[in-house]
Amino acid sequence: MTSTPTLWAITRRSLVKDLRLEWRSKDAINSMLFFALLVVVIFSFGFDPTAEESRKIAGGLLWVAILFATVVALNQTWTRELRNQVLDAYRLSPALPQALFLAKTVGNFIFVTILEVLMVPLFIVFYNLRSVGPWWQLLVVALLATWALVVNGTFFAALSIRTRSREIMLPLILFPISIPALLAMVDATTSILTGDNSPIFWIRLLAVYDLVFTIVSLLLFEPVLNAE
Amino acid sequence: MKHSTSYDTTAQRSNRFANTERKRYTPIRVTDTTQQQQPAVSVRDVVRHFGRFAALRGITADFAPGQLYVLLGENGAGKSTLLRVIAGLLAPSRGTVSVLGSQNIRSVATRFGYMGHAPLLYDEMSAVENLEYFAALYGINDRSRCEEAILTVGLDPALQRRVGQYSQGMRQRISLARAIVHGPELLFLDEPFSNVDVRSAKQMTTLLAKMRDAGTTVFVVTHQAAIMEPVADECIVLDAGRLISREKGIPSRLLTPYLAEERAALRNEPKVEVQP
Amino acid sequence: MKTLFNVLAVFTLLLLGYGFVQAMYIAPTEATMGDVQRIFYYHLPSAWVAFLLFFVNFLASCWYLIRRTQGADALALASAEVGVSFCTIVLITGPIWARPIWGIWWTWDARLTSTLVLWLIYVSYLVLRHYATGGQIPVLAAALGIFGFVDVPIVYMAIRWFRTQHPQPVIGGGQGSGLDPRMWVAVLWNLAAFAMLALMFVWIRYKQARAEYALEEAHAQASLDYETEDAQQ
Repeated sequence: MTSTPTLWAITRRSLVKDLRLEWRSKDAINSMLFFALLVVVIFSFGFDPTAEESRKIAGGLLWVAILFATVVALNQTWTRELRNQVLDAYRLSPALPQALFLAKTVGNFIFVTILEVLMVPLFIVFYNLRSVGPWWQLLVVALLATWALVVNGTFFAALSIRTRSREIMLPLILFPISIPALLAMVDATTSILTGDNSPIFWIRLLAVYDLVFTIVSLLLFEPVLNAE
Repeated sequence: MKHSTSYDTTAQRSNRFANTERKRYTPIRVTDTTQQQQPAVSVRDVVRHFGRFAALRGITADFAPGQLYVLLGENGAGKSTLLRVIAGLLAPSRGTVSVLGSQNIRSVATRFGYMGHAPLLYDEMSAVENLEYFAALYGINDRSRCEEAILTVGLDPALQRRVGQYSQGMRQRISLARAIVHGPELLFLDEPFSNVDVRSAKQMTTLLAKMRDAGTTVFVVTHQAAIMEPVADECIVLDAGRLISREKGIPSRLLTPYLAEERAALRNEPKVEVQP
Repeated sequence: MKTLFNVLAVFTLLLLGYGFVQAMYIAPTEATMGDVQRIFYYHLPSAWVAFLLFFVNFLASCWYLIRRTQGADALALASAEVGVSFCTIVLITGPIWARPIWGIWWTWDARLTSTLVLWLIYVSYLVLRHYATGGQIPVLAAALGIFGFVDVPIVYMAIRWFRTQHPQPVIGGGQGSGLDPRMWVAVLWNLAAFAMLALMFVWIRYKQARAEYALEEAHAQASLDYETEDAQQ
């Protein structure tokens, strides 16, 4: 009759559902894309560097811009679950809360990656960027960095929807904890772009950060989900 | 993904149903007599605070299985809160709740269903898509069961229209379908008839009675006692967080819309206990 | 309990007094920096005490999530608040020290920067605690407290590496290397004094938090017995 659903089955289902909902309503992705574009343009007005200087600061600018765009997106994904109180239906079912968390995190990962695919070329164009180091290293950094932002972001977004001042609460609690990851992603990107230093330590740090906080988030998600 | 909204005429709809074998929904039949002795739901001294406000002020009751219970009371009496506490969505500030013999609601999650005041559905998906997702959360990957459930509440599973565009009556019915798709033996409904047209309400009531006859225990919180009156086994009246009375069926004095005078009268009467 | 508190309070004051004497008079004057260096005897113990308090917050948060006791929550709150206070002292004494020596208020020195991040993390914890509304703030705050403390070693590693790549003047002259043993004595006395002071503050704040909870419970109990026509207050 009813078989106990596995973690991966529920995660996959929830992810497919989220992607389908996003595709149909397009509320998060459109506003995020436009916001990302605005951020890139405004930063370009604010910082008008030469080619050599730009390589040094582009890493920082890019990741700060992505951070802000991510925060806008993160609240959206949980807001959908609060409409019509749909989250209750999930809580009542035997499905594991961790599956919901993973599905949301992977969904956010996809959204932020789409953002990056938009913003990075723009940055390259506006700042006339050219990388000294190999591009595949930049890809590794981007993957690890995006997961770092998204895993804590999804957890704290879920946490902040249980409070009343949710829009402002998310960046307030997310940013301090993300500082080491931000430092790592910015410095790794700058190291690769300028070729000055080796990014290996930062890549390792990001990997450790990702592992540690994915585990902690999975462990602590259930009380947060059921905090009502 | 292309969506076709099917705006059939009534004639087309009934034709389609006439041609297909209409599968009947059969909920679990509780035949085990030992289970009959154990109450389906048992609450002991349940208190629930929201800050300084006490929504539930010490509720103690046992509910036998296979009955249709109607919870009545004014706004703010604590009916929805009690239902949410029993279903495990809210933790009681004090007291214990036991559902289907277990104090851990998660272990019996597959055996009960809940229909909330809000639809608990995704507006941008069709009825079948919604049900398929929620059924999957219970481990049911069979599309035909979802279609069955939709048919049981009297709607067309082939309808591709998004649930957000449904009328309130249709939305409540789909919400009910979601609550029963996994074949629960215990059902909680919170204000299922709010803003619902009479036809949908009657249809839901008939279905609930049928489920009760097959052995499902049903709890309904509602303001509209008159709708439930033909099918109710027992009515439980709450007032200001306390259980005031339990009576067989729904006595006519509780059917009047203005409960205040009745409540005043009830307070002067001794508590009427229903003998099981 | 009260007598114990009073005795310990007097003891703390004595320790603070003796620590002051140690720091200001007994410890030798530092060769290059002169008497300004003496602020170090408050700077370093504050940092260690703050760290200890955040560890207590971590333990209390874990305990709260497991057992949901009021005491654990009160302890988490108290230790976070006092911890942030001591952390603030570190961040204030740092620049006060740096200014006369190097002429700048702030360097992105590894230890000072790590302390700043620590401060930010636990201030965000307090913001969640005090300014967010909702019924289950203790649970959420406990989760945040655990996240914050798990982050701390990563913060230190990251910033230390950052500083080796981009060196800057170091406040505190390295990892305590080259400290005269008499200086160590002063540090330890002040550490003991500050630890006792932190204990006293946490004790008071804990009691206050418990009293607040008791007040809420009394109100809740009163509303249980509240019998009027319109009881929906």
